[in-house]
Amino acid sequence: MSLKQQIEACLGSDLVAISEFRGDIVAEVPKNRVVNCLKALRDDPELKMDFLSDVIGVDNKALYEKPKKKAKKKAEAEEEPEDDGAKKAELPPRFEVIYLLLSLENNRRMMVKVRVPEEDLVVPTVTTIWKAATWPEREVYDMFGIRFKGHPDLRRLLMWEDFGAHPLRKDYPLEGRGEERHLIYED
Amino acid sequence: MQGPGEHVKINIGPSHPAMHGTLRVIAETDGETIINADPEIGYLHRGVEKLGEHLTFHQFIPITDRLNYCSAIANNIAYEMAVEKLMGIEVPEKAQLIRVIMKELARISDHIVCVGILGVDLGAFTPFFYLFIQREEIYEIFEWYNGARLTNTFGRIGGVEADLPEDFFERWDELKPNLFKAIDETDKLLTHNRIWMDRTIGTTAFSPEDALNWGFTGPCLRACGVKRDLRKDEPYLLYDKFEFDVPVGKHGDVFDRYMVRMIEMHESIKIIDQALKLYKEMPKDAPLMANVPKILKAPEGEVYHAIESPNGELGFYIKGDGSDKPYRIKIRPPCYMVYQAFPELVKGEMIADLIACLSSLNIIAGELDR
Repeated sequence: MSLKQQIEACLGSDLVAISEFRGDIVAEVPKNRVVNCLKALRDDPELKMDFLSDVIGVDNKALYEKPKKKAKKKAEAEEEPEDDGAKKAELPPRFEVIYLLLSLENNRRMMVKVRVPEEDLVVPTVTTIWKAATWPEREVYDMFGIRFKGHPDLRRLLMWEDFGAHPLRKDYPLEGRGEERHLIYED
Repeated sequence: MQGPGEHVKINIGPSHPAMHGTLRVIAETDGETIINADPEIGYLHRGVEKLGEHLTFHQFIPITDRLNYCSAIANNIAYEMAVEKLMGIEVPEKAQLIRVIMKELARISDHIVCVGILGVDLGAFTPFFYLFIQREEIYEIFEWYNGARLTNTFGRIGGVEADLPEDFFERWDELKPNLFKAIDETDKLLTHNRIWMDRTIGTTAFSPEDALNWGFTGPCLRACGVKRDLRKDEPYLLYDKFEFDVPVGKHGDVFDRYMVRMIEMHESIKIIDQALKLYKEMPKDAPLMANVPKILKAPEGEVYHAIESPNGELGFYIKGDGSDKPYRIKIRPPCYMVYQAFPELVKGEMIADLIACLSSLNIIAGELDR
């Protein structure tokens, strides 16, 4: 059985989609089932995905908007703004959280992907399975504003606490918005 | 004023000579014992990942130099290999060999920095000089190869920019005995030194289960007794052609981390010797670059590629969207995972051991904060 088939067998009905690109397998699971899925992948006697390498956040806003612009150019002003709202509703959720898993015994890697809509930016934490997720989850919160439910210490990691934005979002400008850090010394 | 029985909070860093750049730890202490330590990071955050989204694939290579600046070449290679995986580019064998040679040199220089500074932080200043003279020699070789000492911008996507200079072998033959001598002298000065042993053995010991749970990789994981090295486990470049040992420790304390790094330097020299032997057998006009289009356009898709950098698993996640710029770059720096376990490591230890632990983990602020 290939790794892909093994993952399919392990996740069963929780698997939303699975894809392979250049040998990297990405399995998509529903957001609220992520803890169960990762536990299942870890405890599976054949897969043994027992090591969490990293947690990655991705903002797909620019990716979804790009083909739309192209289509607009083609269709020019035939049927424009009215169905804009309908198109927006069709778009897949804006954010993604990707868990990089590794099997130490078999030396195989895979990614588990969770889609997070803008209206509901909460994902269950996986720090209960691996403590390695502590800082990566804090960073994803810091950079994208995705909250991890049940995280023991969800503060900002790289930016300071009262920084008002989430800088890795695609609508945040590269130059920043002129935020300054004011240190307040307590007595 | 603190009343009797109350804990005192001590702020160490971010600007402190023993804090390796810009790290800050807020330690809660009872006398000299650490009750809790809260590391605060981000003082060197430059938004490298955000920058990457606005630069083309080639333009990002110099930025990767600034991650782990003690071994810039390892970062360059890690990034280039991730992009090559995304594009599906096969690198010629000779270029791979040059990468191996340069990467192992970078590993030695990185370990020299770590061991040397660990000595300085614990009060042993002499080995620092013995080692750093040789590190300078390694940097001379880098400089002589492409003009830069620290931030090398080594290699290109699809290969390397230049062949090794003709008298590389003589240079290496000159350097090798000196390197052995320096490592040996450090070994004699430190390893069986009573003070050194008292300060390092048993300090901040860590169990293999905890280490894996916290996402440790590299020398810190191997010091805990887990034999894991991506060069052996997931061979890339030409590492499966070389014979070398993977040293492992037992207790995961400062001493074991030091020993693992000392032995790894010897192993790296072994690898370089074997790689140079292979290199000699190659035809002189063998290609150094794969066929790479002038404007690199990534296909739509996402890849993750990791290599064994001197500090552990250094991985790049790159998502392409069909344009000439990466849609998203995520760097998985090895010492980031190690440093998040810092409160766990130093709990119950002395304040002076906190500094020893920090140096032995080889935390580099550049790759920690990105």
